[in-house]
Amino acid sequence: MAYGAFAGGVHPAYNKELADRRAIEEMPLPEQLVVYFTQNLGAPPEPIVKKGDTVRKGQVIAEAKAFVSAPVHAPTSGTVKSIDMFPHPVGTDMPAAVIEPDGEDAWAEGCNVERNTDSLGPDEIKKLVQGGGLVGMGGATFPTHVKLSPPEHKKINILIVNGAECEPFLTADHRLMVERADEIIEGAALFARVLGVERVVVSIEKNKPDAIETMRSRSADRKGFSVAAVNVLYPQGAEKQLIYSITHRKVPTGGLPMDAGVLVQNVGTCFAAYEAVRFGRPLIQRVVTVTGSGVAEPKNILARIGASFEDLVRFCGGISGDTGKVISGGPMMGVAQYSLGASVTKGTSGVVFLRRDEIPQYVNDPCIRCGKCVTACPMRLNPSALSIFAERMAFDKTDEFNVLDCIECGCCAYVCPSRRPLVHHFRRAKAEVRKKAKRAG
Amino acid sequence: MLTAIIALAGLALIAGFGLALAARAFAVKVDPKVEEIEEALPGANCGACGFPGCSELARRIAEGKAGVDACPVGGGAVAQQVARIMGIEYEGGGVRKVALVLCNGDDQVARKRFFYNGVYDCTSAAMLFGGDKACSYGCLGLRTCAGICPFGAIEMLPSGLARVDPEKCTGCTTCVGACPKGIIKMVPYERTVHILCSSHDKGGKVRRYCQVGCIGCQRCVKEAPEGAIVMEDNLAVVNYEAEIPALVAGVCPMNTIHAGGADIPDERHAVGGEG
Amino acid sequence: MEEKAPETKPEGKQPTEKKPEVGPRFLVSSSPHMHGGQAVGDIMRLVIYALVPVTLFSVFVFGLAAVRVIVISVVSAVIFELLWQRIAKRRVAVRDCSAVLTGLLLALNLPATSPWWMILVGTFFAIVIAKQIYGGLGYNPFNPALVGRVVLLISFPVQMTARWVTPSKWGMSAVTTATPLSRMRESLLSQGRIDLHLSQREWIDLLIGNRAGCLGEVSVVLLVLGGIFLIAKKVISWHTPASYILTVWALTGIFHLADPTRYANPSFHVITGGLFIGALFMATDYVTSPITPRGMLIFGFGCGVITVVIRLFGAYPEGVSFAILLMNATTPLIDRYTKPAVFGAVKKKAAA
Repeated sequence: MAYGAFAGGVHPAYNKELADRRAIEEMPLPEQLVVYFTQNLGAPPEPIVKKGDTVRKGQVIAEAKAFVSAPVHAPTSGTVKSIDMFPHPVGTDMPAAVIEPDGEDAWAEGCNVERNTDSLGPDEIKKLVQGGGLVGMGGATFPTHVKLSPPEHKKINILIVNGAECEPFLTADHRLMVERADEIIEGAALFARVLGVERVVVSIEKNKPDAIETMRSRSADRKGFSVAAVNVLYPQGAEKQLIYSITHRKVPTGGLPMDAGVLVQNVGTCFAAYEAVRFGRPLIQRVVTVTGSGVAEPKNILARIGASFEDLVRFCGGISGDTGKVISGGPMMGVAQYSLGASVTKGTSGVVFLRRDEIPQYVNDPCIRCGKCVTACPMRLNPSALSIFAERMAFDKTDEFNVLDCIECGCCAYVCPSRRPLVHHFRRAKAEVRKKAKRAG
Repeated sequence: MLTAIIALAGLALIAGFGLALAARAFAVKVDPKVEEIEEALPGANCGACGFPGCSELARRIAEGKAGVDACPVGGGAVAQQVARIMGIEYEGGGVRKVALVLCNGDDQVARKRFFYNGVYDCTSAAMLFGGDKACSYGCLGLRTCAGICPFGAIEMLPSGLARVDPEKCTGCTTCVGACPKGIIKMVPYERTVHILCSSHDKGGKVRRYCQVGCIGCQRCVKEAPEGAIVMEDNLAVVNYEAEIPALVAGVCPMNTIHAGGADIPDERHAVGGEG
Repeated sequence: MEEKAPETKPEGKQPTEKKPEVGPRFLVSSSPHMHGGQAVGDIMRLVIYALVPVTLFSVFVFGLAAVRVIVISVVSAVIFELLWQRIAKRRVAVRDCSAVLTGLLLALNLPATSPWWMILVGTFFAIVIAKQIYGGLGYNPFNPALVGRVVLLISFPVQMTARWVTPSKWGMSAVTTATPLSRMRESLLSQGRIDLHLSQREWIDLLIGNRAGCLGEVSVVLLVLGGIFLIAKKVISWHTPASYILTVWALTGIFHLADPTRYANPSFHVITGGLFIGALFMATDYVTSPITPRGMLIFGFGCGVITVVIRLFGAYPEGVSFAILLMNATTPLIDRYTKPAVFGAVKKKAAA
């Protein structure tokens, strides 16, 4: 089978060796946890705690009122010290509850109870996933139960378990596959049962041979399971590109994977699903890779949601004085942070610390139209033209040139010899195009 | 050589006559008023009137489909002139309004949270944590307003602030909508006392962020005549309906209030050098 | 960590010292936060490297005269760029080597006998008029080196087209001669038929560059070598040169088949004149040629058609420069109509 055949893409320096042999370590509870009320794409859930409330581990603190939304749970037992605005890793300030742990770490009633999963039907599993507050843990944070509820006429026949982890530096999914292969496979099997899918493909980039080996041997006796070793090519882990690599199906523009008959779930989400369905443990912790040349001891950390980046740094032996950039997520698509005050969310796959001498600087020089971005773009757009239109504020033209199809993977800016802030231009253009579409009704 | 010169000159003559004749023969009848009105309009084609360009507005006015004062840029003087052309009596003229950037927190007095690197444009910069200024109401200084102003009335100070030149400003309000922070306001040209801050943050926060921000101490509110300065969510706001004596500026502990007219003296910025 | 440093001063006693809390510490920009490392200067240098063999060969063939032309052209181009960027208060970007490249390309498109003042006029037009006036690298609609060359071609036809020296036995000879293309044209005009019977040796001479012509256009072999280097380094793509050269070959081939007494062998057309330097180094100029592969094919085809039309029916024996400049003008249009199909684009359904 030929995998990894999508056009475009780049080969950044992966730097995975910093942390890919480090076993996942559980971080002790920090002094306080800052839990954002909004941790999913879609409708923000509504906070139901106030200052002074005592909460127990796993208790819902923000309720999902809409369908495309996911509840947020208290990551430990303790008191809500305050509710205030905090810098959210996605790039804005957002309201969050500050929870002071009482040290008991006591579960709320109904949580942490083992359940026999064999007898559960699709709807029961879906309900448990929804109640557990599961979202896509690769970084997009799209509520998982929504993906599990395709409209009647859309038939899904392949489940792709995304373990590509194409982002440089990050090793959280890699370690999870090596250490928790059985749980991931169980979780994936639960997803497959919900949708009645026969074929499950675990896709892993070839630069993780140990993960491929482990997943292969553990899933060998499972019917319908296979492990696909895909080429090392960024952005292999982007949904649309991965689907094409594995199935040669193209997701139509503006469509979802389900339009191509495919469901993609991150390995972290599969693990979380197993925890939620089997043990009734909602999503209150995740594996975060803390890495980069700026951090003393790169680690893969099992951290509670709400642990601040400062706590992570302390657990990893601190950062060097010439650290110039803090990135929530990977360096290709992650968001640069202005302080260590942000906290781990459900979508925080890693925190990367780069030294000043490693950071590329963007300049606003004119495009020389070399076309390298056109070759690199995995969505087959023309980033050169798009950026020139955006610069001239000709946002109608950016729409005409399909700026909305941009997945912001960053390949264009990575290769641009003029070092133009291309993705920044496109994010602005997308916002303007959407704003206009909204106004038009 | 001579032949060439004669031939070319002849050609030019014939072409010239041809053009002149064609202009006569195919002349389009235009209401002379339209041309006169267009002459009177500022001619910047800024679109502030809602029509595409000054000539279109002139046509509408001549047809009576738009008022003689439809040009917000020209103000009273132009309205008077247009009214004369149309043979209409024009009363009033309203107050001339100019744009004012309600922030005085330049790079030396306002704290920055991070080094920004990206598209040189305020709206784009604001997409990353709202911009590099610690104060979320501060001028980002990336010349979005200056770039969009059709009259070149906004200049960027080297210290990183946008400043409107009230003499050049025509009140077209284009910049007001362009500022992602929404801190450009239209104020009467005549008025001299302004509070150059837009921060609704509480006093303690403002102090931490900026040395010239309004901390909401209300001293100016008490000093000024009743209702001339009002508090809006931790921010003192000038009520331009009422007169404010220049003395009020003296009571502000943060030097947020300026009493020199809209043309704000720029001593501090002059020494600023490269920002 | 030292973020929350000692900011616990007692309230009340507040002297005039106003200290901003803590200065900014981190850099914030949009993703991605990594870069491949290639800069504009790197690309320009690669193109210059690709031209090194051709340049050395021209010195070998035309001797000191070639050195003179190349030095004057490159130095004056850099100086014009520097001066303009100073005067216009733009960022001085001489380091990106684009002026060096323009100067070199112009030199390679001039005859070895070019007078110094003519070269200066050429670089002035190339750098100042064709590039900087438009806003500098990236904004110029026409290939600067070609604009320089065409200005000279029109203004000083004698110096540009009539004073060829032929390289004889690898040394400079004072014999004034004509390029193969113009010789062919003259015989066509005077006798009504071309007189083209080349021995194998003469073919080889044409290929390796033992013939009259501009500095850089004579050695097809070395030009191809440079072109292959650039394609291998992914600086240019094969689309434009291939489509250009093939179009010229095919079109002249059709004419040759129709009337061999009036129209030369297509292979002769392809390897003479400035086709290879034009197709590989001028038509592939980033700023002035299309950006999409499909657009490049169209661009090359257009260049080929115009070149052939000028060569066979125009007043000039050579048409590569004009062809590329004319096609430069169509680049925005071509780009507009060759928008690549988005990944996963749904084919438009016929109206129901």
